[in-house]
Amino acid sequence: MVSFRRTLAIPLRQFYLMQGSPARVLPMFAWVAIDMITWGFITKYLNAVSGSGFNFVPSLLGAVLLWDFFVRVMQGVTTAFFEDVWSRNFLNIFATPLSIPEYVGGLMLSSIASGVIGLSVMLVLATAVFGLSFFVYGILLIPYLLVLFVFGIALGVIGCGIVLRLGPASEWLIWPIPALISPLAGVFYPLSTLPAWMRGLARLLPPSYVFESMRGIVLKRAGSPVSLLWAAALDIAFLLLASWFFSYIYHHAVRTGLIARYSAESLS
Amino acid sequence: MIPAVLSVRELRKRYRDTVAVDGVSFEVNRNEIVGLLGPNGAGKTTTINMILGVLEPTSGAIVVDGLDLAKKRSQVLARTNFAAVYAPLPGNLTVLQNLRFFGLIYGVKNLPARIEVLLEQFDLLSFRDTKCGVLSSGEQTRVSLAKALLNNPRLLLLDEPTASLDPSVAREIRVKIRDFAAQGEGGVLWTSHNMYEVADVCHRVLFLSKGKILLEGDPRTLPAEHGKETLEDLFVALAREPLALERV
Repeated sequence: MVSFRRTLAIPLRQFYLMQGSPARVLPMFAWVAIDMITWGFITKYLNAVSGSGFNFVPSLLGAVLLWDFFVRVMQGVTTAFFEDVWSRNFLNIFATPLSIPEYVGGLMLSSIASGVIGLSVMLVLATAVFGLSFFVYGILLIPYLLVLFVFGIALGVIGCGIVLRLGPASEWLIWPIPALISPLAGVFYPLSTLPAWMRGLARLLPPSYVFESMRGIVLKRAGSPVSLLWAAALDIAFLLLASWFFSYIYHHAVRTGLIARYSAESLS
Repeated sequence: MIPAVLSVRELRKRYRDTVAVDGVSFEVNRNEIVGLLGPNGAGKTTTINMILGVLEPTSGAIVVDGLDLAKKRSQVLARTNFAAVYAPLPGNLTVLQNLRFFGLIYGVKNLPARIEVLLEQFDLLSFRDTKCGVLSSGEQTRVSLAKALLNNPRLLLLDEPTASLDPSVAREIRVKIRDFAAQGEGGVLWTSHNMYEVADVCHRVLFLSKGKILLEGDPRTLPAEHGKETLEDLFVALAREPLALERV
């Protein structure tokens, strides 16, 4: 049976680490703030030079905000996991009654905090400084955030599985994942811009439906609930895949002794 | 008859062509401290890792407090705890934060009171808000032991717990572990390369070599039974010529 108390220990640990470390707290605010400011001025510039009357703020700055939210959620999961990697804590933590669903649940709870903090900072800056109004997206903003949140969790859990399998140094394969999938997710441009083979791949990624739908609203004032249902279905598939993948890697690590000698980075 | 705290039956671990643990069977009883001895690579840590559930045996069974580890992992590990010199607690958390974190995971009831008892017992009150990473190795060992006793485990596994300690601190630790075994309902499985310590603390020892238990007995009488003066002499003889002695 899953114990909420045990699950809660993981976000509590993250809270303790934040408490004593400005180096952990600052990036939660700083990177999203820098992104908002940079893209806020780019959109202002585009508004000024395009002369078309089209407002780039809700389509570009809004897209950056939603994408950064997804990135924060994903990194919230992976960073909580990396804390155990960095402090060589696997033996201590996996030799406890904590089950894998409880551990992964704890990583997810940790990411909610980092995601919400990042989102709040971005909302304040985008709204107050650059006049982004989320009323433009209407009620669909909530499913947008949910789709990106679940995909961020799923991708974060897959990233944790990769690092558990390949060793501590492989964390450098995980940080660039959002940058690698952003061209396919159509964050800044319609999917029709992509060649056919890339469009096919994009259709497998839940964020692509969010950004297409968002642009649809901005241009035509009409969202696409059906495409969001597809995104939700893909989200569930990714989440199940991520859970299976992490569980498979964990059991492989227990079978081969990888957890007990994790820092050796042996590929067995 | 009181069931054993730990019952290991025909435990075996094979890595491709290497057999690390080869059909090991033993028990640890309540109030008993059992020493698991052997040269480097004998299979001691592999055995402990399997008991801790971080390494899956190729075959065999591990039963703690009547519960099969393979079937009741969480329940078994809630009754078990460990301290090992190679598994220090996260250095970026304070002593108190570490104990709270692991206390929650182990489901310790009345956790704040239990932590206070352990901080006092291991002379850690003045370090409660100190990050573990800046403590001396002796202080870190005391924190690890405090964590290992958080859940008042039925089975306490100690893998060379005094390896990095000066003789005075090591003696204090031995006294605390002896007290734990004598007063509670738990048993202790202890590995060490310090034969004087083993003879002082353990009620019974198991000699492991090349994954097999070669000898078992009272560390105070075992050397004489095999024509050796001290436990260390017996250890050296076994490490050099394991086939010369048979399991009794």
